Amino acid sequence: MKDLLAPVTILCGHYGTGKTNLAVNLALQAAGQGEAVTVMDLDVVNPYFRTADFRELFRERGIRLIAPTYAGTNLDIPVLPPSVAAAIRAGEGRLILDVGGDDDGAVALGGFSALLERRGYSMLYVVNPYRELEPDPEEDAALLERIQQSSRLRVTYLVNNANLGPETTPQLVREAAPYLGELSRITGIPVLWTAVESRYAGQFPPDGILPIEVYVKLPWDEEEKR
Amino acid sequence: MSERVLMKGNEAMAEAAIRAGCRHFFGYPITPQTEVAAYMAKKMPKIGGTYLQAESEIAAVNMVLGASAAGVRAMTSSSSPGISLKTEGISYIAGSDLPCLIVNVERGGPGLGGIQPAQSDYWQATRALGHGDFHALVFAPSTVQELVNVVFLAYDLAEKYRMPALLLSDGLLGQMMEPVSFPEPVTQTAEKPWAACGHGNKRPHNIVNSLYLQPEELERTVRERFQRYAQVEREEQRCQEYLCDDADYILTAFGATARISQSAVDTLRSQGIKAGLLRPITLWPFPKDAIRRHAAHAKAFLSVEMNMGQMVDDVRLAVEGKVPVEFFGHTGGIIPRPSEIVEKVKTMAGGDK
Repeated sequence: MKDLLAPVTILCGHYGTGKTNLAVNLALQAAGQGEAVTVMDLDVVNPYFRTADFRELFRERGIRLIAPTYAGTNLDIPVLPPSVAAAIRAGEGRLILDVGGDDDGAVALGGFSALLERRGYSMLYVVNPYRELEPDPEEDAALLERIQQSSRLRVTYLVNNANLGPETTPQLVREAAPYLGELSRITGIPVLWTAVESRYAGQFPPDGILPIEVYVKLPWDEEEKR
Repeated sequence: MSERVLMKGNEAMAEAAIRAGCRHFFGYPITPQTEVAAYMAKKMPKIGGTYLQAESEIAAVNMVLGASAAGVRAMTSSSSPGISLKTEGISYIAGSDLPCLIVNVERGGPGLGGIQPAQSDYWQATRALGHGDFHALVFAPSTVQELVNVVFLAYDLAEKYRMPALLLSDGLLGQMMEPVSFPEPVTQTAEKPWAACGHGNKRPHNIVNSLYLQPEELERTVRERFQRYAQVEREEQRCQEYLCDDADYILTAFGATARISQSAVDTLRSQGIKAGLLRPITLWPFPKDAIRRHAAHAKAFLSVEMNMGQMVDDVRLAVEGKVPVEFFGHTGGIIPRPSEIVEKVKTMAGGDK
C-alpha cells in the first residue's frame, strides 16, 4: 500500500458501494504492516453502518479513530471535531478518510481540500455496479465529477468493489470488470484494485487484487464476535 | 451482469412502490426513512410521477387522502414522530374507506426520542393510528426482499378491502443492504368505481367523505366497515413458522428482531432446547390462529421486541392463558443480541440445561 498510495488515502463514491468496509480493511492492513494509522469517519450523511462502529476493533489494533462528534448517538447532527484538520495538518502516519456517499457526503471534504492538497493524497472512487438496477457508466462518471466538484479534489484511482453482499461470487466480481473498464475509459482514471474476499483471492491472478474481509456485519451475524 | 441488486431497505421499498404502480408520493424528511423520499425525488420525475415534499407531515398525509380519493396508488413515509403527526389524516383516510400505503421506518421514542432503530410503535400501529373505530392493515417484513414483496401485497389488500395499509419497518431494516430482485411491474390495479376522478356526465358524481350528519348513518357505516374487518381477520393473517411444530419454547418476534431471534433459536436447538420462532408478517390482523394452535403443545412463549413489551399483549390474548407468556427486549435504539435471548429462554427452561 505504501508504494501505491499517498499517506492520505480518501475513499469516496456512491452510497453503499462498500467504502466503509474497504476503509476498515485498508486500516487493518496498514496497521498490520507497522504503519501508524488514523481512520477518519467523515460520513455526515448516513446515521448507521459506519467506520465509527469499529471503535473497539481499531482500539485493539492500535488504530486511532476520529469520528463526527455525534456518530452512533441519537443525534443526527453532522459536526466534525477539530481533530480532523489537526490530524491532516500533522503529517504523520497514514490517514484513511471514509467519506459519506455521493456529492452530498463529499461536501465534508471540501473544507479540508487546501490542507489535503498541501499534504498530498490519493483519492479512491469506490464502485459497485450491483448497487444499480440499470448500471450506467455514464451516470457513474457524472457522479464522480460531482464528487470532485463538491470535494474540490481529484480522484486518483477507481476501485472495483463489485459485490452482492452475502451472495457475492467470484463470477459476479469478474463480470463487473467490463463496467469498470468502460468507466475508466470515460473518466481516464485507472482501476487500481479489484477487491475480492480473501477466501476467493486464489481464484484470481494476483495483479491488481486487493484481498479483503467482510467486517460490516448485521446484529444476527455478530454472536461469535462478541 | 445480475438479476439481483444490492439495495438499502428504504431504497428497495421505494422502488417496489413505483413498480407496484405508485406515481404519487408525498413526504417530509425525517431520519431514518430519508432514503425513501430521496429515492422518490430522484425517480418520480423520470417516470412522469409526482414527488412532492410537503410543508409538513400533516399536509403530506392529506395529499395522500386526496390522491387516493382520485383512485391512484399513493404513498407517504415517515419515522415515528412523523407518523404521530400523520395519525389524524390516517383516521380520515380510514373513515373515507380509501386504500393507500403509509410507511413507518421506526426509531426510538417517545417524543423526539432518537434516530437508532426501535419497534416501539407497535401499539400505535395496531391500536392507535388515529381516532375513532378503525383498523389499518399492518405489515412487518423482516428482510429487504420481504419489504419489496409486502409493498405489492399491501397495495392489493388495501384496495381489496378499501382501507389504509401501514408498512412497519425500522431503522435497521431501512438502512441495511441486502440483495433483492423485483417482481414485474404492476400494470392493472383494482377497479375503483368509487373514485372521485371525473364523472364525465356519465354517472352520478362520487363523494369521498368521512363526515356523517346522522348518528344512525355513522353507526351503520362503521358496522359495515367492521364486517369487512372481520373478513380480513379471517382471511389475511400471515406469519412464518420456524421449527414451531415440536417446539417447547416458542419465540414471537417481528421485523429485524425476528432475525436475531432466529439466530437464538438455532443456538438453543444446538444445545438441546426445543425452541421455535413464530414471526408475524401481519401485525393486524394478528396471526392469532397460528399462536393458538401452538399454545396447545408449547410450554411457554417468549415475545422478543425492540420496545418495553407491546406485541406481547397480543400474544397473551391469543394464548388465552394456556401457558406462560414472557417478554424480553431492549428499547431506545439498543438492538437485542442473540446470546441474551438464549440466556432468557434457558432461564425459562429452568436453568442451564
